[in-house]
Parts: sequence; structure tokens; C-alpha cells
Amino acid sequence: MYQIIRKAVLNPTVVRMDILAPRVANKAKAGQFIILRVDENGERIPLTVAGTNPAEGTVRIIFQTVGATTDALARKNEGEYLQDFVGPLGKATEIEGLKKVCVVGGGVGCAIALPVAQALHDAGCEVHSIIGFRGKDLLILEDEFKACSDRLTIMTDDGSYGRQGVVTVPLKEAIEAGECYDRVITIGPLIMMKFVVATTKPYGVPTVVSMNPVMVDGTGMCGGCRLTVGGKTVFACVDGPEFDGFEVDFDEAMSRSTMYADFERHARDASCNLFKKEVE
Amino acid sequence: MAKPNMSPVKNPMPTQDPAVRAHNFDEVALGYTEAQALDEATRCLNCKNAPCVTGCPVNIHIPAFIEKVREGDFEAAYQIIRKSSSLPAVCGRVCPQEKQCESKCVRGIKGEPVGIGRLERFVADWHNTFSTEHPVLPEKNGHRVAIVGSGPAGLTCAGALAARGYEVTVYEALHVAGGVLMYGIPEFRLPKHIVQKEVDGLRAMGVTIETNVVIGKTVTVDELFEEGFEAVFVGSGAGLPKFMGIPGESLKGVYSANEFLTRSNLMKAYREDATTPILRARRVAVVGGGNVAMDAARTALRLGAEEVSIIYRRSMEELPARKEEVEHAEEEGIIFRLLNNPVEILGYHNPDDRRDPKNGFVTGIKCQKMMLGEPDERGRRSPVAVPDSEWVLDVDCVIMSIGTSPNPLIKSTTEGLDVNSRGGIIVEEDTGLTSREGVYAGGDAVTGAATVILAMGAGKTAAEAIDAYLQSK
Repeated sequence: MYQIIRKAVLNPTVVRMDILAPRVANKAKAGQFIILRVDENGERIPLTVAGTNPAEGTVRIIFQTVGATTDALARKNEGEYLQDFVGPLGKATEIEGLKKVCVVGGGVGCAIALPVAQALHDAGCEVHSIIGFRGKDLLILEDEFKACSDRLTIMTDDGSYGRQGVVTVPLKEAIEAGECYDRVITIGPLIMMKFVVATTKPYGVPTVVSMNPVMVDGTGMCGGCRLTVGGKTVFACVDGPEFDGFEVDFDEAMSRSTMYADFERHARDASCNLFKKEVE
Repeated sequence: MAKPNMSPVKNPMPTQDPAVRAHNFDEVALGYTEAQALDEATRCLNCKNAPCVTGCPVNIHIPAFIEKVREGDFEAAYQIIRKSSSLPAVCGRVCPQEKQCESKCVRGIKGEPVGIGRLERFVADWHNTFSTEHPVLPEKNGHRVAIVGSGPAGLTCAGALAARGYEVTVYEALHVAGGVLMYGIPEFRLPKHIVQKEVDGLRAMGVTIETNVVIGKTVTVDELFEEGFEAVFVGSGAGLPKFMGIPGESLKGVYSANEFLTRSNLMKAYREDATTPILRARRVAVVGGGNVAMDAARTALRLGAEEVSIIYRRSMEELPARKEEVEHAEEEGIIFRLLNNPVEILGYHNPDDRRDPKNGFVTGIKCQKMMLGEPDERGRRSPVAVPDSEWVLDVDCVIMSIGTSPNPLIKSTTEGLDVNSRGGIIVEEDTGLTSREGVYAGGDAVTGAATVILAMGAGKTAAEAIDAYLQSK
């Protein structure tokens, strides 16, 4: 069992937790993920690591409540335990040798983009961060990004904070203004990453995307997380989760991500009804 | 000894009615009654040279245990099996006895061999139900051994070493111990409580099992030595599922058998209260002809499919699955579409509505008819495509069951560990020793996908070699 040492609610749907898992905390690097189960009959869900504190033995996760499992997770409190917590899985972000990088995060993806930005910053790389949210109420991690970014641009869809618009607007402006990025690293919704790639590709700026497909075991055994990258079938869990954005078949990934939409909807409804009963 | 029972046939195994069992996940084979076991035991001739024992990868002293069954001393029979096998209740169910012990049985020359597997299962189940014996813990010898993977190879190696006084820790990547016995083989063939009973037995012998540790990721093999382990056994299994490389394999509704079975077996997706989703398909095609393909097909049927087909490119004769499994599948109504090879999986695409929820889901599988050509050097007739023979089978789910390759996680993080071209760890055959001192390996991680009992044999061999190595150090 793995204890929840700290819990904070970052916005109405995003929760941060520090989980006591010393072995994982010792090893996990930016870009890697863990798999957890909330309780005895829980499903296994992958979450990308949002930070570690090896001295304390904790691993930070930041997640959005999008389904029954993340709902159940969000309802756990400080001091309570998670049934299972395993990792780190997947490959770490390549940091070495990078001098100037633009990190582009969208929504809760910013939670995963942050440790990447921090790792780059710590390695002496110049970091430009662009983070986007639907609106001000959903904004997370502004101070943390400020601390590790040489330049920070915040975008909101509705203009309630920062600049109004999507993340690709300032990205394109920067590239056109002559910023020479060694790499763009983007983490967020599939559709956003697809458009980031569409923005950088014409300029030939190498772009890395972080994929988060459906998984079961996370060790290469089930093949459920397969993607087509460069015309080849790869497994996100062992070959990724980060890939060359120019080569990823996003349309296929987006289609596959809806495989269990029906099941998820029912499970979510059931979970909400249960919660309503608890509240009543 | 009383006159042997010369009945030419085995006592038949009682089974659930096919029409009933096709809709439930309860065990298909119900096991011998005491009377049936006693009767079957009298069919054994107690041959002096015991050819059956040579057919057993872990050399269970078969005539001796059957003699105890005949005497009605089932606990003594169990203890004889237990000396050679860590997992009797498992082996009694999933071993291909017809190719092993029973294939060597003298009674098999004129009639059916003794039902050795069925007797083993009876004895193990009797023990698990009635025995109150507690294992005698051996004196600890102070040496620590780490086992990677808690499947049949790892559990066997752990059991054999614990019995010799070693302090054994088994590391398992998943959240529950048992490996393929938990995630791969379905409940209706191997109930999970039986696997857990065997695992509990190992714990009672002092074996520590740590779940949620991925060796190669959470901890490396080198770090295990730094932590004070003196030898490591790698039994990490054959993880990575293969796909055919045909168009349409990324459509929604295409599974690897590993994923499909893991969702159903390990994650209990077949239960109504499951939190893990699985597609409840109407028409299912399973590609492949091994035991795993049979398991996947029969699972799909139990999940409510109306029609389940096995698509296999050779004929019934070449089908690699156990005969008993094929018969069970046929009885349950699985359709065998033999001499067919898939060339494409077809999907739904609505050109007028990109948001149509049916988009991207499987609608059919295009197959090419095959015929058998000349036998190859191994005597196996290879399939040849029949020109212009393509046809489409309407399905909404395709399960690829065409094999797996060894998991590269450990290899890629362990320096000096040599693997062959297929990714299998290279070992000395009679010891399981790898290219690294103190590191042993066995099971599917070495051979690629094989059977439970072969993995157990490899685990046992390695345990003996590890014992010899550490005693001589």
C-alpha cells in the first residue's frame, strides 16, 4: 500500500498528490510514468510523473478527473493509501545537449511539462514555456513555470488570463521572429499536440510529443498502447511515451483513444450516482 | 499388489455441460471424485523403470504417488508430488500430459494411458481442501537469492531454493503474483484462487513476494546484487505480443491475445462490477491456433459473443493447441476456419461524418485461403496462398494470437547479459546460467512462448545450479 502524504486541489478538476513510494522516487525522471490502482478492484491507470522528492521518498502526480477511476482517486485524502503504485515506466525525456527549448503544455498536460521544463532549466538550457488553458479558473502551476522558464507565455481560450488564443499562436510568432529552438517539447491533449507539430513542421523545428494512450500493464505485455510512428507499430509504454512528433499518426491515436468511450461514460455516471448518494 | 484394473480407457473427466459452460467462467473440468481417483489409480502397473517419470519435465515420481492414491493416503501422495513440483494443482490442470508423462505410459500402448494429470489434480485439490499439514520450515542458510517474475519459472525456482534454506525474494511487475497463471490462463481453465493457494503455500515456506517492482526499471539486476543478493534468477516471461503487420491492426476492436486475456483474467473485466473495460463483441475472429488462441476464443464466447472463429493458416492436424482444448472449444461452438490467412482488417469509415462514433471500429477481416505445400526441413507442411481466394468474414473484434517475444526490459538494463536474435536470454542448458556470473534465467524469457511445465522445469534446474554455485562459493 502506498500512502498519500500530501494532497492539494489545483483547480476544480485537477488534483495534486505526493505518494510515498521510495523505490519509484529514487528512479523516476522527467517524462516517465507510473501505473496505479486506487483500490482492490481498481483499474490500472497510467499517470506521467509530475515530480519526485527522493529524500522524502515521494512521487508527485497531478491528474484531472476524467473518469470513474480518477474520480475515485480524487476522493482519496491525505493519509489514506493507494492499493498499487508501480514505476517508473517508459523512457525519460532526453535533456542532454539541448541549449534552447520551447516547452508547450496544454491543460493538465502542463503538470507533466513542468518537470521537463525544470530538468532542462537545471541542466542549464534556456527554456521558453508556453502554457495554455481553457480559462483562468483552470490555470495551474504558474509560479512553478515562472521559476524555471526564461520566458513564460500563458494563453487562455477565453482570454480571461494572459493572452487570448491557442498555444500555437505565440509558438509560431517566436519561430518566425527568429528564435532558434533545438527542440520543441509538447505535452497536452492529442489535438493540441497535433497542431503544435503542424506549426513546427514547416520550419523543421524538431518536436517531441508525449503520448498517453490506453494501457493495462505498462511493461510491453499487452500492446494496447500501440501507436503508429514513422509507419511502424510501437508501444508507448516501452518505446515512449515521448516520440518524434513529425512521425506520429495523430488521427489514429485520437481514434484509438475513444475505444472505451461508452464504457467510460457509464462508469462515470455510476460513480457520480454513487457520490451523490454519499453526499445525501 | 492387487490385480490391476485393465480397463482400456481412463475414467472420463467430469465436465460442465458445453451449452452451460459457454456462458460462465466457472471451471470446465470438475475433477475426479474420490471413487474415480481410486479406480483410475488401479490402472497404473507400477512399472519398475517408470517411463512416465522420464516424460515429466520436473521428474515427479509418478508411480509412487499413484500407489499412495491407491492406498487412499492422499496426503502422502501429495507430499511425493510436492517434492518435485511447487505447483501441483496448477500442473494437474494445464500440463500437456498427453505429450509428456502420459505419452510414455505403458498402458497407452494398448488403449489409453493412466490419467496421470487427472490424478495429480485430484491429489492437489484434496490437499488444498482437507490438509491441515503445515510445511516444515528448513533452517535458513543465510544466503539471499532474488527471483525476477512470479510466473511458473520464478515460483518453482523460489520454492526449490526456499526448501533448501535460502532467503528468497520474488519481484513481480504486476500487482498480483502468478504471472501468466494470473493474467494469461482463464479462470475456466485455471481458477485464480487455486493459483493464489499455491502462491500462499510458497509464502508459508518463507518466500517473500514483492509486487509492483519492475526489475530493469524500479530496480536493476546490478542493484539487486548491491542490495546483498548473491544470485538472481530471471523468469520474466515472454511479454511482447506480435502483430501480423497487415493493414487495419490499429483499428478499435483489434486486441493482442495478451491484452484481451489480461483485461478479462487479471483485471476481471468479465464481471459486471469491473472497472476495467473490455469490448463486448458480437462476432469475434481469433487469429492463431495455439493454446492462447483457444483461451481467447473461449473467453470471447463467455463474454457474450454470438459467433467466435479461429482463423488458422494450416489444417487441424498442424494446430499447435492441446487436443483437449481444441475439443472443448469445438464442443462449445467455436468455429474453426482453417487454411485461412488474414490479409487485412476492415474498419468502419463514414466519409460524410467524421464524428460518427462507429468510425474506426472493426467491421470485418479479409482472409486468403491457403493450401498446404511440401513439408519443410522440419517436416511441417508450409501453407501456400490460393490465388484469387480472398473473402471477408464480418466481425467486430479481432484478437491476434500469433505469439510473443521475450520482454527486453531486463536485457536493456543489464550489462553483459547476452540474448539471441529472437531476444531470448542465452543460457547453459543444464544450469540456466547466463553470460553474467550469478545470473540465471529460465522459462519463456529464454525459450520464447512455451508451456507452464517447461518453465517450471527450467526454474527447478536453475535452483539446483544456484544452490551448487552458492555452496561452492
